[in-house]
Amino acid sequence: MLLSASSLSFIAIVVIIGTLVIESSIFFGHVSFIEFITGTEWTVLFEPKKFGVQPLVVATAITSLIALTVAIPVGLATAIYLSEYAGPTVRRIVKSTIELLAGIPTVVYGYFALYFISPNLLMPLIEGLGVHSALAVGLTIGVLIIPIVASLSEDAMYSVPEDFRLAAYSLGARKMDVVFKVVLPAALSGIFASIILAFTRAMGETMIAAIAGGFRVFYSFDPREAMQTMTSFIAQVATGDAPHGTVEYQSIFAVGLLLFFVTMVFNVIALLIVRRWQIRY
Amino acid sequence: MLAKRIVVEREPVRVGDGGAVIEVKDLAVRYGKKYAIKDINLKFERSQITAIIGPSGCGKSTLLRCLNRMNDLIPDAKVEGKVYYRGIDIYDHTVDPVAVRTVIGMVFQRPNPFPMSIFDNVAFGLRVNGMKLNKTQMQEKVKDALIKAALWDEVKDRLDAPAYSLSGGQQQRLCIARALAVDPDVILLDEPTVSLDPISTAKIEQLLRQICYDYTIIIVTHNMQQAARVSDYTAVMMPDEQMIGRLIEYGPTKEIFTNPRDKRTEDYISGRIG
Repeated sequence: MLLSASSLSFIAIVVIIGTLVIESSIFFGHVSFIEFITGTEWTVLFEPKKFGVQPLVVATAITSLIALTVAIPVGLATAIYLSEYAGPTVRRIVKSTIELLAGIPTVVYGYFALYFISPNLLMPLIEGLGVHSALAVGLTIGVLIIPIVASLSEDAMYSVPEDFRLAAYSLGARKMDVVFKVVLPAALSGIFASIILAFTRAMGETMIAAIAGGFRVFYSFDPREAMQTMTSFIAQVATGDAPHGTVEYQSIFAVGLLLFFVTMVFNVIALLIVRRWQIRY
Repeated sequence: MLAKRIVVEREPVRVGDGGAVIEVKDLAVRYGKKYAIKDINLKFERSQITAIIGPSGCGKSTLLRCLNRMNDLIPDAKVEGKVYYRGIDIYDHTVDPVAVRTVIGMVFQRPNPFPMSIFDNVAFGLRVNGMKLNKTQMQEKVKDALIKAALWDEVKDRLDAPAYSLSGGQQQRLCIARALAVDPDVILLDEPTVSLDPISTAKIEQLLRQICYDYTIIIVTHNMQQAARVSDYTAVMMPDEQMIGRLIEYGPTKEIFTNPRDKRTEDYISGRIG
């Protein structure tokens, strides 16, 4: 019983990878791998069809990086405050609020980005910014992943042994030194893991990108532009823009495989670094 | 800032103190409403090792933590009475607890080096105390501290190695070096050898005898042989019927062990209680 339950997730991942690989191999029967990876034009849904995935990758990278620049400082500051400064009551309230934030459906975030952040906050401030923009997507994903950074980093800091804090105080350290020179370095591997996890979550985020990013594929590094990310392209095609069996239908599996691969690489890197830095108390 | 300066300066011992560096007057500590220790009156002599002994739960560690205001960090702990360091009331509102801890250092039960290199562990106290030292001065200070803690010969070739690569006994000597590096006047040790093997314990006891001329040392232990071996003075604590820790006897170690005045002390050191 338990064995079959635990093997279910294993079977699921095998089936998913299998599907991705098989369907992608059909795609790569039509399009060369080199063209897919290096091409800078992605015009799958209209003629002349071009299959260069770079614009989608760049869009995903830009939105994810913007998200991280929001989530790392805010998330870490929250974690430090909760773990080291807040009293037990405040800690409980803020922590459950943060967890509430993690429970909001991402489609709500998407509309929030499109109907609130873009028109009210970004468009008045930044010239040349449209309703759809990579910036709006990135900022909103940033808010979405704050709970990941905050909660996991807070766990890492909170679990730093009290011995270290006492030792530091006994040497005449002030609270600031204890937090920044003892607790933070000791929790670094956990903090790093939380950031990588948040980053892969940002790359995989679909609804916000699909709603607030627009469906225009545009090869640009300007975050004011509307851009389609890898995930929002998959969502667009998978929800019915391309008939089954066509090359554009197959292309979403290739994009999916690429996304899966990139995410996996990051997770492995995170794992390796965490293992290497891991401090055994 | 003023408070810090007053505390850090090593004032000459005042005549009336009779050589006492720390004087405890009517000290009591309570956690919430429950008193852990009460009516403690003691003088800790300069350049001497004083052992505080007694059975578990008698408040030895609580008393020790009062002496450098580590009890401030325990949320419910409330300290009543006075603790004077060279005539200064360390619980006075003008005194900065951080400054108190730089002159009265502490070593804990379990070796607790920071997850950093051996060098950085010793340098930590110097760095957080805002001492402006160049690289050579820093290296000198670290070396001095490690020599005093009898660890230099074992680690001089691997100062950059993580502190956790050391054995338990070495880690504890590293913690002593770390405390010595900030050049304290008094060192408090809270059962420093309780987690160590006999050889490491012997090394630490020997080390304490070596450094006791430069520092005033107060060591909490529940190992009576250890108290007899290393200390000049011994304070015996015992919980009363309400489990409040009381000081029952205090005097030169020799007298306490050969000719105890209190019946409970005699019972305790002969192994009948505790």
